[in-house]
Amino acid sequence: MTEKPLAIRFEDVTQIFGKPGGKSTTALDGMTFDIAQHEFISVLGPSGCGKSTLLRLVAGLVMPTRGKVSIYDMPVTEPRDEIGLVFQRPTLLPWFDVLSNVTFPMKHKYGRVDAADKVRAQELLGLVGLSDFADKRIEELSGGMQQRVAIARALLHDPDILLMDEPFSALDALTRDEMSFELLSIWTQRPKTVVFITHSIQEAVLLSDRIIVMTPRPGKIREILPVPLARPRSVDTLSDPAFLELSNYIRRQLFSHNVA
Amino acid sequence: MAKALIPIRDWLLLWGDRFAPVLTFAALIAIWEAACRIFDIPRFLLPSPSYIVVGAMDQTVATWAANIWATVKIAFMGYILAIVVSIPISVGLALSRFLSRTVYPLLVVIHSTPVVAIAPIIIVVMGTSALPRVFITFLITFFPIVVTTTAGLMATPQELIELSRSLRATRAREVLHIRLPYALPYIFSALKISSTLAIVGAVVAEFIAAERGLGYFIELQTSFLKINQGFAALVLLVTISLCFFQVIGLIQKTFAPWSLPKKQ
Repeated sequence: MTEKPLAIRFEDVTQIFGKPGGKSTTALDGMTFDIAQHEFISVLGPSGCGKSTLLRLVAGLVMPTRGKVSIYDMPVTEPRDEIGLVFQRPTLLPWFDVLSNVTFPMKHKYGRVDAADKVRAQELLGLVGLSDFADKRIEELSGGMQQRVAIARALLHDPDILLMDEPFSALDALTRDEMSFELLSIWTQRPKTVVFITHSIQEAVLLSDRIIVMTPRPGKIREILPVPLARPRSVDTLSDPAFLELSNYIRRQLFSHNVA
Repeated sequence: MAKALIPIRDWLLLWGDRFAPVLTFAALIAIWEAACRIFDIPRFLLPSPSYIVVGAMDQTVATWAANIWATVKIAFMGYILAIVVSIPISVGLALSRFLSRTVYPLLVVIHSTPVVAIAPIIIVVMGTSALPRVFITFLITFFPIVVTTTAGLMATPQELIELSRSLRATRAREVLHIRLPYALPYIFSALKISSTLAIVGAVVAEFIAAERGLGYFIELQTSFLKINQGFAALVLLVTISLCFFQVIGLIQKTFAPWSLPKKQ
C-alpha cells in the first residue's frame, strides 16, 4: 500500500467490556488495519462507536479481548515510550506554570527535570506559538492555548506516535479551525504517525492521509478512505471540489441508515 | 441635581457594604445590652455584655492565658493527629477497592458513635493525662478529613491518570504528583471544617476530665452560677475557632492559591 514502514497494526481486534456474569458491551468488533509510519490517520464515527477504545488499545492502556495490536511489529503489552497522548480536555496541572506543565512527563516519569528538558519544552512552546507564555499560570490561558500546551506536553519526549482523542472538540468553532491548521504545521515540522479521533468530517478530511470510518455500536470499520488532497493543505483546501466531494460522500455514508 | 447625590450614595453603599458584618455585630450587642437593662433580666440567667466584660476582668491575664493555652494545645495536637492519620487512610481508600470495602464501613461506625457518649469511657480507659483529650479531639475531627480527601483523590481527571499510566510512572508518583495536589481544594475545605471541630473536641474532653482549659473553666464557673465568667470563656472559644479557621485559609492562600474557589 505504501512504501513506508509499518507503525501500527490491528489484527482482528475485538474489545468487550463488562464484568464476568454481568452485562457486557462490545466496543470494537474485528478491527483490522495498518497505519504506516508518519501517516496521519483519522478515526471518524458517531459517539460511542469505540473510537476512544481504539486509541487506548494503541496506547497500551487497555488490552484487547481478542486479536492483536502491534507497534513496529511488537505486540503492545504495556504503554510504550513511542506514544504521546492528547485528550479532549487539556487536563493541565493548575499548580504549575506553563513550562512546568510541558516538562511534567519527565518529572513524573524520572522524578527530575534537567536543563535540556527545559530547553526542549521552550522550543515546543515556540512550535505551538506560545513562546512568551512559559511562566504564565494555566488559568491565564484560553481553552485553545491550554490545548496547545497539552500538545507541547505530549511532544516533549519526541514520541513517534501521537494519539489525539477529539483534541479540538471542546474548543469553539473558530479556535477549532485555527488549531487544525496549527496541527498540520506542527506535523509538517515534526513528522509523526498521528491517530486522530474525531467526529468532525471537516477535520478528518482536512487533516488526514486516510480516514477510518466507523459504524455505530459495536464499532466496526465501515470503510477506509484515502484522502486525495495535495499537501500542504490550507484554507483553500476547504473549497477544493475534491474536499467537498469526499466530505459529502462520508456524510452520506454516516447518515445512510437514516435515509430511506 | 441628582449628580451631586450619587457619589454620597455610592460612598454610603461602599462603606456600608464593607462594614456590614461589623455593624451587624455591634447592633446585636447593643440590643442585647439594652434588653438586659430594660427588662432587668437576672444576671445569672443572661448577663449583659458589659457584665461579661466585668467577669473577664475578674480573672488575671495569667489565668486566661493558662486556660487558653491548655485548650489550644489539646485542639492542635488532636487536629494534627487527625491530619497525619486521615491522609494516608484516604489514599488507601481511594486506591484500593478492598480497603474501601473493609475499612470505610468501620470508619462510618466510628463516626456514628456520639463522641460525647464515648468520651467518659475513653477517659476511664486512657487515664486523665492529655492523651485521652487529644484522642477525643482526634475522633471528632478525622472523619470529615478522610471523607473529603478521599472524594478529592477520586475526582482527579481520568485523563491524567491515563497520562501517568502511559508514562509507566509509579503508583506513588501518581498519588504525589497528581492525585494529592488535585485533592488540595477538597483537603483545605476539610481542614477548615475540622479546625472548628477540633475546638469542640477539646472542650468536650475538658468537660469530662481536666484541671485546666476553657471547657473546664466554663464547667467550673457555671457550677458557681458565675454565668458571666462562662460567657467570657465562650467568647474566647469563638475567637480561637475563628482564628484557627482563618489561619487555615491563610495557609491555603499562601501556599496553594490556585486551589481557592474561583470567583465568578
